Amino acid sequence: MTGIALETGALGKRYGRTWALRGCTLHLPAGQIAGLVGPNGAGKSTLLHLAVGLLRPDEGKVRIFGQDPRTAVLTDIGFVAQETPLYRDFTATELITLGGKLNQRWDVELARSRLAQLGIPADRPVGKLSSGQRAQVALALALAKRPRLLLLDEPAAALDPLARREFLQTLMGAVGDTGATVLLSSHLMADLERVCDYLIVLQTGHVQLAGAVDDLLAEHRTLVGPRTASGALPGGAQVIRASHTDRQSTLLARIARPIENPAWAQHEVTLEDLVLAYLAAADTPTAPTCMGK
Amino acid sequence: MIEFVLDGRSKGATYTQLVLQVKQALRVGLAQPGDQLPKVRDVAQTLAINPNTVLKAYRVLEIEGLAEGRPGVGTFLVGTLAGPSLANQAELREQLVAWLHKAQVAGLAPEDITALIDTTVRATLDSPAVKHIL
Repeated sequence: MTGIALETGALGKRYGRTWALRGCTLHLPAGQIAGLVGPNGAGKSTLLHLAVGLLRPDEGKVRIFGQDPRTAVLTDIGFVAQETPLYRDFTATELITLGGKLNQRWDVELARSRLAQLGIPADRPVGKLSSGQRAQVALALALAKRPRLLLLDEPAAALDPLARREFLQTLMGAVGDTGATVLLSSHLMADLERVCDYLIVLQTGHVQLAGAVDDLLAEHRTLVGPRTASGALPGGAQVIRASHTDRQSTLLARIARPIENPAWAQHEVTLEDLVLAYLAAADTPTAPTCMGK
Repeated sequence: MIEFVLDGRSKGATYTQLVLQVKQALRVGLAQPGDQLPKVRDVAQTLAINPNTVLKAYRVLEIEGLAEGRPGVGTFLVGTLAGPSLANQAELREQLVAWLHKAQVAGLAPEDITALIDTTVRATLDSPAVKHIL
Protein backbone atom coordinates (compact mmCIF):
# COMPACT_ATOMS: atom_id res chain seq x y z
CA MET A 1 0.00 0.00 0.00
CA THR A 2 1.39 3.41 -0.85
CA GLY A 3 0.49 6.95 0.04
CA ILE A 4 0.02 8.80 3.30
CA ALA A 5 -2.18 7.19 5.95
CA LEU A 6 -2.18 10.09 8.41
CA GLU A 7 -1.26 13.68 7.76
CA THR A 8 -1.54 16.67 10.06
CA GLY A 9 -0.78 20.31 9.30
CA ALA A 10 -0.26 22.86 12.09
CA LEU A 11 -2.78 20.86 14.05
CA GLY A 12 -3.85 22.28 17.40
CA LYS A 13 -6.32 21.41 20.15
CA ARG A 14 -7.05 23.53 23.19
CA TYR A 15 -8.73 22.59 26.45
CA GLY A 16 -9.83 25.88 28.00
CA ARG A 17 -6.76 28.09 27.75
CA THR A 18 -4.25 25.27 27.61
CA TRP A 19 -3.05 23.91 24.30
CA ALA A 20 -2.84 20.12 24.51
CA LEU A 21 -1.41 19.97 21.01
CA ARG A 22 -0.10 22.81 18.89
CA GLY A 23 1.70 23.26 15.59
CA CYS A 24 1.68 19.52 15.06
CA THR A 25 2.82 18.78 11.52
CA LEU A 26 3.64 15.24 10.52
CA HIS A 27 2.86 12.53 8.07
CA LEU A 28 2.73 8.80 8.45
CA PRO A 29 3.34 6.80 5.27
CA ALA A 30 0.92 3.93 4.69
CA GLY A 31 2.12 0.44 5.56
CA GLN A 32 4.24 1.54 8.51
CA ILE A 33 3.96 0.60 12.15
CA ALA A 34 4.57 3.82 14.00
CA GLY A 35 5.35 4.33 17.65
CA LEU A 36 4.01 7.46 19.32
CA VAL A 37 6.02 8.33 22.42
CA GLY A 38 6.21 11.18 24.88
CA PRO A 39 5.64 11.88 28.54
CA ASN A 40 2.17 11.90 30.06
CA GLY A 41 0.36 15.03 28.96
CA ALA A 42 2.47 15.40 25.80
CA GLY A 43 -0.65 15.25 23.62
CA LYS A 44 -0.52 11.63 22.45
CA SER A 45 -4.13 10.79 23.27
CA THR A 46 -5.29 14.16 21.94
CA LEU A 47 -3.54 13.48 18.63
CA LEU A 48 -5.13 10.02 18.39
CA HIS A 49 -8.60 11.37 19.25
CA LEU A 50 -8.22 14.07 16.59
CA ALA A 51 -7.12 11.45 14.07
CA VAL A 52 -10.16 9.30 14.71
CA GLY A 53 -12.54 12.27 14.64
CA LEU A 54 -13.56 12.06 18.31
CA LEU A 55 -12.16 15.56 18.80
CA ARG A 56 -12.48 18.54 16.50
CA PRO A 57 -9.29 20.54 15.88
CA ASP A 58 -9.13 24.17 17.09
CA GLU A 59 -6.64 24.97 14.37
CA GLY A 60 -4.88 23.22 11.52
CA LYS A 61 -6.01 20.07 9.79
CA VAL A 62 -5.87 16.32 10.07
CA ARG A 63 -6.32 13.98 7.10
CA ILE A 64 -6.70 10.22 6.96
CA PHE A 65 -5.85 8.83 3.52
CA GLY A 66 -6.33 12.40 2.30
CA GLN A 67 -9.76 12.91 3.86
CA ASP A 68 -11.22 14.51 6.95
CA PRO A 69 -11.71 11.78 9.57
CA ARG A 70 -15.26 12.99 10.20
CA THR A 71 -16.36 11.60 6.80
CA ALA A 72 -16.79 8.24 5.14
CA VAL A 73 -13.09 7.50 5.67
CA LEU A 74 -14.04 6.70 9.28
CA THR A 75 -14.87 3.15 8.15
CA ASP A 76 -11.16 2.72 7.38
CA ILE A 77 -10.05 3.56 10.92
CA GLY A 78 -9.86 1.14 13.82
CA PHE A 79 -9.31 2.57 17.28
CA VAL A 80 -8.46 0.98 20.62
CA ALA A 81 -8.70 3.65 23.30
CA GLN A 82 -6.67 3.78 26.49
CA GLU A 83 -7.60 1.10 29.03
CA THR A 84 -9.64 -0.59 26.29
CA PRO A 85 -13.11 0.63 27.31
CA LEU A 86 -15.84 -1.93 26.55
CA TYR A 87 -19.38 -2.39 27.84
CA ARG A 88 -18.41 -4.60 30.76
CA ASP A 89 -21.78 -6.37 31.10
CA PHE A 90 -21.74 -7.43 27.45
CA THR A 91 -20.20 -10.71 26.35
CA ALA A 92 -17.73 -10.79 23.48
CA THR A 93 -20.44 -12.32 21.27
CA GLU A 94 -22.82 -9.47 22.11
CA LEU A 95 -20.13 -6.88 21.44
CA ILE A 96 -19.43 -8.47 18.06
CA THR A 97 -23.17 -8.32 17.23
CA LEU A 98 -23.30 -4.71 18.41
CA GLY A 99 -20.30 -3.83 16.25
CA GLY A 100 -22.05 -5.40 13.28
CA LYS A 101 -25.06 -3.10 13.77
CA LEU A 102 -22.94 0.02 14.16
CA ASN A 103 -20.45 -0.48 11.33
CA GLN A 104 -20.88 -0.66 7.58
CA ARG A 105 -17.99 -3.03 7.12
CA TRP A 106 -17.80 -5.75 9.75
CA ASP A 107 -16.21 -9.17 9.62
CA VAL A 108 -18.09 -11.23 12.22
CA GLU A 109 -16.23 -14.42 11.37
CA LEU A 110 -12.84 -12.77 11.71
CA ALA A 111 -13.66 -11.48 15.20
CA ARG A 112 -15.13 -14.81 16.33
CA SER A 113 -12.31 -16.95 14.98
CA ARG A 114 -9.65 -14.67 16.50
CA LEU A 115 -11.19 -14.98 19.95
CA ALA A 116 -11.71 -18.72 19.55
CA GLN A 117 -8.04 -19.17 18.55
CA LEU A 118 -6.99 -17.34 21.69
CA GLY A 119 -9.32 -19.43 23.82
CA ILE A 120 -11.23 -16.42 25.08
CA PRO A 121 -14.74 -17.34 26.33
CA ALA A 122 -17.21 -15.49 24.10
CA ASP A 123 -20.18 -16.02 26.43
CA ARG A 124 -18.89 -14.33 29.57
CA PRO A 125 -19.34 -10.63 30.34
CA VAL A 126 -16.07 -8.98 29.29
CA GLY A 127 -15.92 -7.31 32.73
CA LYS A 128 -15.24 -10.76 34.15
CA LEU A 129 -12.32 -11.49 31.79
CA SER A 130 -8.68 -10.84 32.64
CA SER A 131 -7.28 -7.51 31.47
CA GLY A 132 -5.20 -9.34 28.87
CA GLN A 133 -8.26 -11.08 27.46
CA ARG A 134 -10.21 -7.82 27.50
CA ALA A 135 -7.45 -6.12 25.52
CA GLN A 136 -7.61 -8.98 23.02
CA VAL A 137 -11.41 -8.54 22.70
CA ALA A 138 -10.96 -4.80 22.06
CA LEU A 139 -8.30 -5.56 19.43
CA ALA A 140 -10.48 -8.22 17.77
CA LEU A 141 -13.36 -5.70 17.59
CA ALA A 142 -11.09 -3.04 16.07
CA LEU A 143 -9.76 -5.56 13.54
CA ALA A 144 -13.29 -6.71 12.62
CA LYS A 145 -13.71 -3.36 10.84
CA ARG A 146 -10.83 -4.48 8.62
CA PRO A 147 -9.30 -1.02 9.05
CA ARG A 148 -6.59 0.38 6.80
CA LEU A 149 -5.36 2.48 9.72
CA LEU A 150 -5.31 1.14 13.24
CA LEU A 151 -4.81 3.54 16.15
CA LEU A 152 -3.96 2.16 19.57
CA ASP A 153 -3.64 4.28 22.71
CA GLU A 154 -1.32 2.52 25.20
CA PRO A 155 -3.10 -0.78 24.61
CA ALA A 156 -0.61 -2.86 26.58
CA ALA A 157 0.16 -0.49 29.44
CA ALA A 158 -1.85 -2.39 32.07
CA LEU A 159 -0.96 -5.90 30.92
CA ASP A 160 1.46 -8.36 32.49
CA PRO A 161 4.50 -9.29 30.35
CA LEU A 162 2.96 -12.49 28.97
CA ALA A 163 -0.37 -10.87 28.06
CA ARG A 164 1.54 -7.98 26.51
CA ARG A 165 3.60 -10.30 24.35
CA GLU A 166 0.44 -12.16 23.27
CA PHE A 167 -1.24 -8.86 22.43
CA LEU A 168 1.70 -7.79 20.27
CA GLN A 169 1.78 -11.21 18.61
CA THR A 170 -1.89 -10.94 17.66
CA LEU A 171 -1.34 -7.40 16.43
CA MET A 172 1.72 -8.28 14.32
CA GLY A 173 -0.01 -11.35 12.87
CA ALA A 174 -2.99 -9.19 11.92
CA VAL A 175 -0.76 -6.58 10.29
CA GLY A 176 0.97 -9.39 8.40
CA ASP A 177 -2.43 -10.50 7.11
CA THR A 178 -3.84 -7.10 6.19
CA GLY A 179 -0.91 -4.71 5.69
CA ALA A 180 -2.74 -2.13 7.80
CA THR A 181 -0.93 1.00 8.94
CA VAL A 182 -0.58 1.21 12.71
CA LEU A 183 -0.05 4.12 15.07
CA LEU A 184 0.66 2.88 18.56
CA SER A 185 1.23 5.08 21.60
CA SER A 186 3.29 3.50 24.35
CA HIS A 187 5.82 4.10 27.10
CA LEU A 188 7.32 0.66 26.61
CA MET A 189 10.41 1.27 24.54
CA ALA A 190 11.32 -2.42 24.35
CA ASP A 191 7.97 -3.13 22.67
CA LEU A 192 8.37 -0.22 20.29
CA GLU A 193 11.91 -1.25 19.33
CA ARG A 194 10.51 -4.64 18.44
CA VAL A 195 7.59 -3.62 16.29
CA CYS A 196 8.02 -0.06 15.01
CA ASP A 197 9.57 1.07 11.77
CA TYR A 198 8.46 4.67 12.24
CA LEU A 199 8.76 6.91 15.28
CA ILE A 200 6.97 10.06 16.41
CA VAL A 201 8.15 11.80 19.58
CA LEU A 202 5.72 14.28 21.13
CA GLN A 203 6.61 16.71 23.90
CA THR A 204 4.32 19.35 25.43
CA GLY A 205 2.04 19.38 22.43
CA HIS A 206 4.78 19.58 19.79
CA VAL A 207 6.39 17.09 17.43
CA GLN A 208 9.95 16.75 18.64
CA LEU A 209 11.10 14.11 16.19
CA ALA A 210 9.48 12.06 13.45
CA GLY A 211 10.82 9.69 10.86
CA ALA A 212 11.58 6.16 9.73
CA VAL A 213 13.43 4.29 12.47
CA ASP A 214 16.22 3.08 10.16
CA ASP A 215 16.87 6.64 8.98
CA LEU A 216 16.80 8.07 12.49
CA LEU A 217 19.25 5.47 13.77
CA ALA A 218 21.54 6.05 10.78
CA GLU A 219 21.52 9.82 11.24
CA HIS A 220 22.36 9.89 14.95
CA ARG A 221 25.51 8.96 16.86
CA THR A 222 26.81 9.20 20.35
CA LEU A 223 30.16 10.96 20.14
CA VAL A 224 32.74 10.83 22.89
CA GLY A 225 35.72 13.14 22.64
CA PRO A 226 37.68 16.05 24.09
CA ARG A 227 35.69 18.66 25.97
CA THR A 228 34.07 20.90 23.41
CA ALA A 229 31.63 23.73 23.48
CA SER A 230 28.34 22.51 22.03
CA GLY A 231 27.92 23.69 18.50
CA ALA A 232 31.63 23.45 17.70
CA LEU A 233 31.34 20.07 16.04
CA PRO A 234 32.81 19.22 12.67
CA GLY A 235 30.82 18.32 9.61
CA GLY A 236 27.60 20.15 10.35
CA ALA A 237 26.59 17.84 13.17
CA GLN A 238 23.73 19.09 15.30
CA VAL A 239 24.03 18.41 19.00
CA ILE A 240 20.82 17.12 20.53
CA ARG A 241 22.08 16.49 24.01
CA ALA A 242 25.46 17.08 25.61
CA SER A 243 27.05 16.16 28.90
CA HIS A 244 30.52 17.18 29.95
CA THR A 245 33.20 16.24 32.42
CA ASP A 246 36.42 18.23 32.95
CA ARG A 247 38.08 16.78 29.90
CA GLN A 248 35.47 14.90 28.01
CA SER A 249 32.24 15.63 26.20
CA THR A 250 29.58 13.07 25.42
CA LEU A 251 27.23 14.23 22.71
CA LEU A 252 24.21 12.75 21.09
CA ALA A 253 24.27 14.36 17.69
CA ARG A 254 22.48 14.30 14.38
CA ILE A 255 25.23 13.94 11.81
CA ALA A 256 24.97 14.96 8.19
CA ARG A 257 27.94 12.81 7.14
CA PRO A 258 30.41 10.54 8.92
CA ILE A 259 32.71 12.37 11.30
CA GLU A 260 36.27 11.52 10.38
CA ASN A 261 38.02 13.39 13.17
CA PRO A 262 39.83 10.59 15.08
CA ALA A 263 39.51 12.55 18.33
CA TRP A 264 35.85 11.53 18.43
CA ALA A 265 34.76 7.99 19.19
CA GLN A 266 31.43 7.21 17.57
CA HIS A 267 28.81 4.82 18.82
CA GLU A 268 25.53 3.82 17.27
CA VAL A 269 22.44 4.80 19.21
CA THR A 270 19.40 2.79 20.20
CA LEU A 271 15.84 3.97 19.78
CA GLU A 272 15.65 4.49 23.53
CA ASP A 273 18.82 6.67 23.56
CA LEU A 274 17.25 8.77 20.84
CA VAL A 275 13.90 9.25 22.54
CA LEU A 276 15.50 10.10 25.89
CA ALA A 277 17.87 12.60 24.28
CA TYR A 278 15.10 14.41 22.42
CA LEU A 279 12.81 14.50 25.43
CA ALA A 280 15.60 15.80 27.68
CA ALA A 281 16.61 18.34 25.04
CA ALA A 282 13.08 19.67 24.86
CA ASP A 283 13.19 20.44 28.57
CA THR A 284 15.97 22.94 28.05
CA PRO A 285 15.23 26.41 26.66
CA THR A 286 17.57 26.11 23.66
CA ALA A 287 15.85 23.01 22.42
CA PRO A 288 16.58 22.00 18.87
CA THR A 289 13.30 21.22 17.22
CA CYS A 290 13.00 18.67 14.49
CA MET A 291 9.68 18.88 12.80
CA GLY A 292 8.41 15.91 10.83
CA LYS A 293 9.10 16.46 7.20
CA MET B 1 11.55 -25.56 8.44
CA ILE B 2 13.65 -22.95 10.20
CA GLU B 3 12.38 -21.60 13.48
CA PHE B 4 13.66 -18.12 14.16
CA VAL B 5 14.68 -16.87 17.57
CA LEU B 6 15.54 -13.35 18.63
CA ASP B 7 18.46 -12.44 20.84
CA GLY B 8 17.18 -9.53 22.87
CA ARG B 9 20.69 -8.58 23.99
CA SER B 10 22.08 -8.56 20.48
CA LYS B 11 22.91 -5.11 19.20
CA GLY B 12 22.35 -6.18 15.62
CA ALA B 13 19.21 -5.13 13.77
CA THR B 14 16.40 -7.66 13.92
CA TYR B 15 16.42 -8.33 10.18
CA THR B 16 20.17 -9.06 10.23
CA GLN B 17 19.58 -11.61 12.97
CA LEU B 18 17.02 -13.38 10.77
CA VAL B 19 19.36 -13.31 7.75
CA LEU B 20 22.24 -14.71 9.82
CA GLN B 21 20.09 -17.52 11.17
CA VAL B 22 19.13 -18.62 7.67
CA LYS B 23 22.77 -18.49 6.57
CA GLN B 24 23.88 -20.41 9.64
CA ALA B 25 21.27 -23.10 8.93
CA LEU B 26 22.45 -23.31 5.31
CA ARG B 27 26.07 -23.59 6.37
CA VAL B 28 25.54 -26.51 8.71
CA GLY B 29 23.07 -28.24 6.42
CA LEU B 30 20.02 -27.72 8.62
CA ALA B 31 18.34 -25.93 5.75
CA GLN B 32 18.65 -26.87 2.09
CA PRO B 33 17.74 -25.45 -1.29
CA GLY B 34 14.06 -26.14 -1.92
CA ASP B 35 13.07 -25.59 1.71
CA GLN B 36 10.32 -23.07 2.29
CA LEU B 37 10.97 -20.24 4.73
CA PRO B 38 8.25 -19.62 7.33
CA LYS B 39 5.45 -17.33 6.15
CA VAL B 40 6.05 -13.65 6.88
CA ARG B 41 2.89 -13.27 8.97
CA ASP B 42 3.74 -16.37 11.01
CA VAL B 43 7.24 -15.12 11.84
CA ALA B 44 5.82 -11.68 12.68
CA GLN B 45 3.23 -13.20 14.97
CA THR B 46 5.51 -15.73 16.69
CA LEU B 47 8.28 -13.23 17.42
CA ALA B 48 5.90 -10.24 17.83
CA ILE B 49 7.91 -8.22 15.33
CA ASN B 50 7.01 -5.96 12.43
CA PRO B 51 6.15 -7.98 9.27
CA ASN B 52 8.15 -5.40 7.29
CA THR B 53 11.25 -6.55 9.20
CA VAL B 54 10.69 -10.14 8.07
CA LEU B 55 10.08 -8.98 4.50
CA LYS B 56 13.32 -7.03 4.62
CA ALA B 57 15.27 -10.08 5.79
CA TYR B 58 13.77 -12.21 3.00
CA ARG B 59 14.54 -9.49 0.46
CA VAL B 60 18.19 -9.45 1.56
CA LEU B 61 18.34 -13.23 1.12
CA GLU B 62 16.81 -12.86 -2.35
CA ILE B 63 19.34 -10.20 -3.34
CA GLU B 64 22.16 -12.47 -2.19
CA GLY B 65 20.75 -15.24 -4.37
CA LEU B 66 19.94 -17.52 -1.44
CA ALA B 67 16.16 -17.32 -1.60
CA GLU B 68 13.44 -16.79 -4.14
CA GLY B 69 9.93 -15.44 -3.66
CA ARG B 70 7.16 -17.30 -5.47
CA PRO B 71 4.09 -15.07 -5.63
CA GLY B 72 1.16 -16.47 -3.72
CA VAL B 73 3.16 -19.43 -2.39
CA GLY B 74 5.98 -18.14 -0.24
CA THR B 75 9.73 -17.74 -0.12
CA PHE B 76 11.99 -20.69 -0.86
CA LEU B 77 15.69 -21.29 -0.41
CA VAL B 78 17.50 -21.69 -3.73
CA GLY B 79 21.16 -21.23 -2.89
CA THR B 80 23.41 -22.95 -0.44
CA LEU B 81 26.39 -21.97 1.64
CA ALA B 82 27.36 -25.48 2.69
CA GLY B 83 29.63 -26.14 -0.26
CA PRO B 84 31.71 -29.30 -0.68
CA SER B 85 32.99 -28.95 2.90
CA LEU B 86 29.71 -30.20 4.36
CA ALA B 87 30.75 -33.84 4.00
CA ASN B 88 33.84 -33.26 6.13
CA GLN B 89 32.08 -31.29 8.83
CA ALA B 90 30.88 -34.23 10.91
CA GLU B 91 34.37 -35.62 11.38
CA LEU B 92 35.88 -32.19 12.10
CA ARG B 93 33.13 -31.55 14.61
CA GLU B 94 33.94 -34.79 16.42
CA GLN B 95 37.59 -33.80 16.65
CA LEU B 96 36.59 -30.40 17.96
CA VAL B 97 34.36 -31.93 20.62
CA ALA B 98 37.23 -34.19 21.71
CA TRP B 99 39.54 -31.19 21.88
CA LEU B 100 36.99 -29.21 23.91
CA HIS B 101 36.78 -32.03 26.43
CA LYS B 102 40.57 -32.03 26.68
CA ALA B 103 40.55 -28.28 27.25
CA GLN B 104 38.00 -28.65 30.03
CA VAL B 105 40.02 -31.38 31.70
CA ALA B 106 43.05 -29.10 31.47
CA GLY B 107 41.11 -26.58 33.55
CA LEU B 108 40.02 -24.02 30.92
CA ALA B 109 36.78 -22.17 31.62
CA PRO B 110 34.39 -21.57 28.68
CA GLU B 111 35.65 -17.96 28.41
CA ASP B 112 39.25 -19.20 28.25
CA ILE B 113 38.32 -21.63 25.50
CA THR B 114 36.52 -18.99 23.43
CA ALA B 115 39.42 -16.58 23.86
CA LEU B 116 41.95 -19.23 22.86
CA ILE B 117 39.92 -20.22 19.80
CA ASP B 118 39.36 -16.61 18.75
CA THR B 119 43.02 -15.66 18.97
CA THR B 120 44.15 -18.86 17.30
CA VAL B 121 41.67 -18.45 14.45
CA ARG B 122 42.88 -14.93 13.89
CA ALA B 123 46.57 -15.81 14.12
CA THR B 124 46.34 -18.94 11.98
CA LEU B 125 43.74 -18.31 9.29
CA ASP B 126 44.76 -14.70 8.66
CA SER B 127 48.50 -15.33 8.45
CA PRO B 128 49.99 -15.26 4.93
CA ALA B 129 51.86 -18.54 5.42
CA VAL B 130 48.66 -20.51 5.90
CA LYS B 131 46.92 -18.79 3.06
CA HIS B 132 49.81 -19.93 0.91
CA ILE B 133 49.42 -23.53 2.00
CA LEU B 134 45.67 -23.42 1.40
